[in-house]
Amino acid sequence: MLEHYLSLFVKSVFVENILLAFFLGMCSFLAVSKKVETSVGLGMAVIFVMTITTPANWFVHEYLLKEGALDWVSASFASVDLSFLGFVTYIAIIAAMVQLVEMVLDRYSPKLYTALGIFLPLIAVNCAILGASLFMVERHYNFGESVVFGLGSGIGWALAIVAMAAIRHKLRYSNIPVGLRGLGITMLMTGLMSMAFMIFSGIQL
Amino acid sequence: MADQSVAKTEKKKEALFSKKNMKVLTNPLSENNPITFQVLGICSALAVTVQMRTALVMALAVTAVVASSNVLISMLRKQIPSKIRIIVELAVIATLVILVDQILKAYLFDISKQLSVFVGLIITNCIIMGRAEAFALQNKPWPSFLDGIGNGLGYGWILMSVATVREILGSGSFLGFRVIPESLYAAGYENMGLMLLAPGAFIILGLLVWIQRTITKTVHE
Repeated sequence: MLEHYLSLFVKSVFVENILLAFFLGMCSFLAVSKKVETSVGLGMAVIFVMTITTPANWFVHEYLLKEGALDWVSASFASVDLSFLGFVTYIAIIAAMVQLVEMVLDRYSPKLYTALGIFLPLIAVNCAILGASLFMVERHYNFGESVVFGLGSGIGWALAIVAMAAIRHKLRYSNIPVGLRGLGITMLMTGLMSMAFMIFSGIQL
Repeated sequence: MADQSVAKTEKKKEALFSKKNMKVLTNPLSENNPITFQVLGICSALAVTVQMRTALVMALAVTAVVASSNVLISMLRKQIPSKIRIIVELAVIATLVILVDQILKAYLFDISKQLSVFVGLIITNCIIMGRAEAFALQNKPWPSFLDGIGNGLGYGWILMSVATVREILGSGSFLGFRVIPESLYAAGYENMGLMLLAPGAFIILGLLVWIQRTITKTVHE
């Protein structure tokens, strides 16, 4: 059982990195990866929020939206299938969770709150977060798996953005052709990075 | 001249396809392209471009959503309190995406299966949010509609270019039809498997950005 979770964890961090293999969260990845400190901040925030929202959405899916999920309310609801409401519910849960996390952090850990700062609200529209929830639904994960998957995907995303920020820091001193500066070279670098991450494929624990 | 006469008949209203509106429509196609210049909506641009068919459907879906969300948000722009506008925008967009998803599931089920989660991810596609924030909140419905169509098409043509290269090099076909002749395979040619994987997408898009920025001579830092 433990091996299964470990394998899923490694898979979501390295083999199926949510950014480098599924292209999720590219917008903030490209916008924020200019400095290492800020990308560490955003990476932490993403890990935090993803670990919370993926299981939260699992509960919503399992007990409210899935076909027959409303069975626990009354037997007459057993045939209700609300899964078409998925998108709007997940995004609402994510936005609400981000707000909640923001308020809790502000109250109990002002230090972390100021460190994550402006990144928390931005996370609501990070496609990696919604993507993790949608993958969780599509792959029929159970509760434990969805926690591990959320955590793993968050760590994988943070790893990629911090690595990219470090590379871009070095790139500042190199002589890049004019048209390739900015987005162009960043895309090429991401391509090379995702090739490097591909060496992990096929690893099973 | 033509503009003036139309303006007269419509009484102070701006002509439907005045110069300004045409600019709103065509600007996103090249100079202000959502992907290569505004750097928005990259996620889905890369994920659905392994095949031309999925790219085409995705481009149409995004164009439909961005145009209608722009119109709706523009019509509501005086009612939406600015503090909770993000949530309102998300609710509008998510509703439209659900509609698109249901239509795809009903009429194009196999493509909808291939696109998997990426239809849902149109919600967080930054183009739609970005256009709603940057354009629709300040403009009337009709220019917003044109802006939405323009941005959708600008996004679409980048998607198609990437998909064309990836499908031809990666699977030797175009829209599912074989374009690389058998004789070439017999002579030892092989499909480039890398193009089907993630790195191929990143590299092709990077090169495309390079080409476009060299042509338009824009420098971004």
